[in-house]
Amino acid sequence: MSTGAGARTGLTVLDEVFTTARAEGRAALIGYLPTGYPTVAGSKGLLAQTLDAGADLLEVGLPYSDPVLDGPVIQHAVETALRGGVRTRDTLEVIESIAARGGRAVVMTYWNPVLHYGVEAFARDLAAAGGLGIITPDLVPDEAGDWLDAADRYGLGRTFLVAPSSTEQRIASTTAATSGFVYAASTMGVTGARDAVSDTAPALVARTRAHTDLPIGVGLGVRSGAQAGEVAQFADGVIVGSALVSAAEHGRAAVARLTTELAAGVRGNHTGR
Amino acid sequence: MGPLPSASDGLARHAHDPDVGGHFGRFGGRYMPEALIAAVDEVAAEYEKARQDPEFLDELDRLQRDYAGRPSPVTEARRLSEHAGGATILLKREDLNHTGSHKINNVLGQALLTVRMGKTRVIAETGAGQHGVATATAAALLGLECVVYMGEVDTERQALNVARMRLLGAEVIPVTTGSRTLKDALNEAYRDWVSSVGHTHYVLGTAAGPHPFPMMVRDFHRVIGLEARAQVLASHGRLPDAVLACVGGGSNAIGIFHPFLDDEGVRLVGCEAAGDGVDTGRHAASITGGSPGALHGALTYVLQDEDGQTVESHSISAGLDYPGVGPEHSYLAEIGRAEYVPVTDTEAMEAFRLLCRTEGIIPAIETAHAIAGALRLGRELGPDATLLVNLSGRGDKDVETAARWFEVVDPAALPTTEPVPDDAAAGEREL
Repeated sequence: MSTGAGARTGLTVLDEVFTTARAEGRAALIGYLPTGYPTVAGSKGLLAQTLDAGADLLEVGLPYSDPVLDGPVIQHAVETALRGGVRTRDTLEVIESIAARGGRAVVMTYWNPVLHYGVEAFARDLAAAGGLGIITPDLVPDEAGDWLDAADRYGLGRTFLVAPSSTEQRIASTTAATSGFVYAASTMGVTGARDAVSDTAPALVARTRAHTDLPIGVGLGVRSGAQAGEVAQFADGVIVGSALVSAAEHGRAAVARLTTELAAGVRGNHTGR
Repeated sequence: MGPLPSASDGLARHAHDPDVGGHFGRFGGRYMPEALIAAVDEVAAEYEKARQDPEFLDELDRLQRDYAGRPSPVTEARRLSEHAGGATILLKREDLNHTGSHKINNVLGQALLTVRMGKTRVIAETGAGQHGVATATAAALLGLECVVYMGEVDTERQALNVARMRLLGAEVIPVTTGSRTLKDALNEAYRDWVSSVGHTHYVLGTAAGPHPFPMMVRDFHRVIGLEARAQVLASHGRLPDAVLACVGGGSNAIGIFHPFLDDEGVRLVGCEAAGDGVDTGRHAASITGGSPGALHGALTYVLQDEDGQTVESHSISAGLDYPGVGPEHSYLAEIGRAEYVPVTDTEAMEAFRLLCRTEGIIPAIETAHAIAGALRLGRELGPDATLLVNLSGRGDKDVETAARWFEVVDPAALPTTEPVPDDAAAGEREL
């Protein structure tokens, strides 16, 4: 077991991401890109770029054939990745490459690929690769018995989602099952950059804080430094996905530019508010 | 013979309900985004109230009788029997329901529930178009806004049903993502629902998806089996030896199977679409050729590759062309209470031809899979056997596909399969 006294587990490192940001009086920047877009090697490069340009934590997307919570931008990227023949083990390899350069990463995955790999085996291999945890957009704690156990066994963070439609009771039970950080889905809708930060986000974060001391990351719709700055005022983590994927279409420089802007945003240094 | 059971009898609580989380054994449950949990909780709570509310039950029975035309008759297929080893073949005539299939049973129930919940818009996914047509029909009847998601491939092979839905006032949105078939239509419907759940109910078209849909859709269809069981007992003085139905998502099958679950001597046979053959990999037989996985809200048998990616299904029948199946079927297969057999495109089309020529009934190609299963089982069991087959839908929508298959008309006389224009273009013509 890797969770013996004093051992640094994925979860310990994940906690540090947020305590460090908190100590600096800012929110953490969390960037999402899927494995295999445009290629496996290409995604490693893009994620490294995101890291170097100031992301505190990377979310590595594991491509899935039926991404019901994703909008057109991410759908297109994962379809490209799947057509390119991306495999589950490629995501573990990408995680390993990030860890090797001192980066911190979690996996974002729909649940069936993990079920099929074997929940226990995936947790084991993810921990061995240096991954810190899993974000599970279509798994609620009600169905997560095996994962709760496996995450504990391998010291991984379990990030479940809360949504504007979640009842108080569900926020309570979901945050109780969560470790590392909570993902607050800011809008009722699929992923995709939006012009304005949802006005339901601050309320959802406030409702969530009433039930947990865990850091809260806010995602769905952030695309600019100004928006990141806005979210950073009430959240512990700013999660950016579709906007980075859109930037990835234009190459590493575009990803670096956007990440730099977002990193300034979470530090309150954004321009053009 | 006394009065037949009514649709509302199907909603009564019974020993075969899933657990509180919607699990049938290890199958079912809710593998879905948190954002939609409140919505399915609301549907579940409202359904629990409705199934015990005499006013709701009376209204459901009234619509099923006066609008949909229930009860549907049972027809003995005497000439078809000669091709089935002389076995007695009884056809439960869901094709005679309003809109031409069993689908109306479910949509009338869910549309009434939508009104009860105070919602004004319904969305639906559709494969062959039968569920879309039924939903558009119920929406027109109850004054609800209706949007139907349909894979672009299916809008081409089922163009007539696209026209029917538009005539009924529904908006049809061709889905161009993924394999552009039923599975992708489901994905789009979920995406719509996540952002519209405040005023929208998702009328899921089969006994699949997250709890409570597998249970609720099943209950709305249980009337098929309740009626048929009473009808066969009255006319033949015995229960059938086997009950057969086609299985895509499996709503018509679970509806006719369910009231026979406790009749231990009655075999329940689900006929899955084997496309070119299960061993070719080009099929839609989720139980025969798949493995357990989470898809579209439930743990169930799924066609998937070695990484758990959903594999594209293949079937001549758009309504069976789906890589998953309702979770209760997975459970019934696992405990051995029901058996699931593959039927290829060729076998189904041969059964289609036979039913047309021997009984004067043009079945839906989906339904022809069940007929094929009955022909096979009849030949195996012989003349003493009595087989009840769910004739789940009529084949008007499939005439073009069948005409091509059998080359009964000059191909040049058939419409080309051009993509159906989207609704924006259709709207300009003031449908």
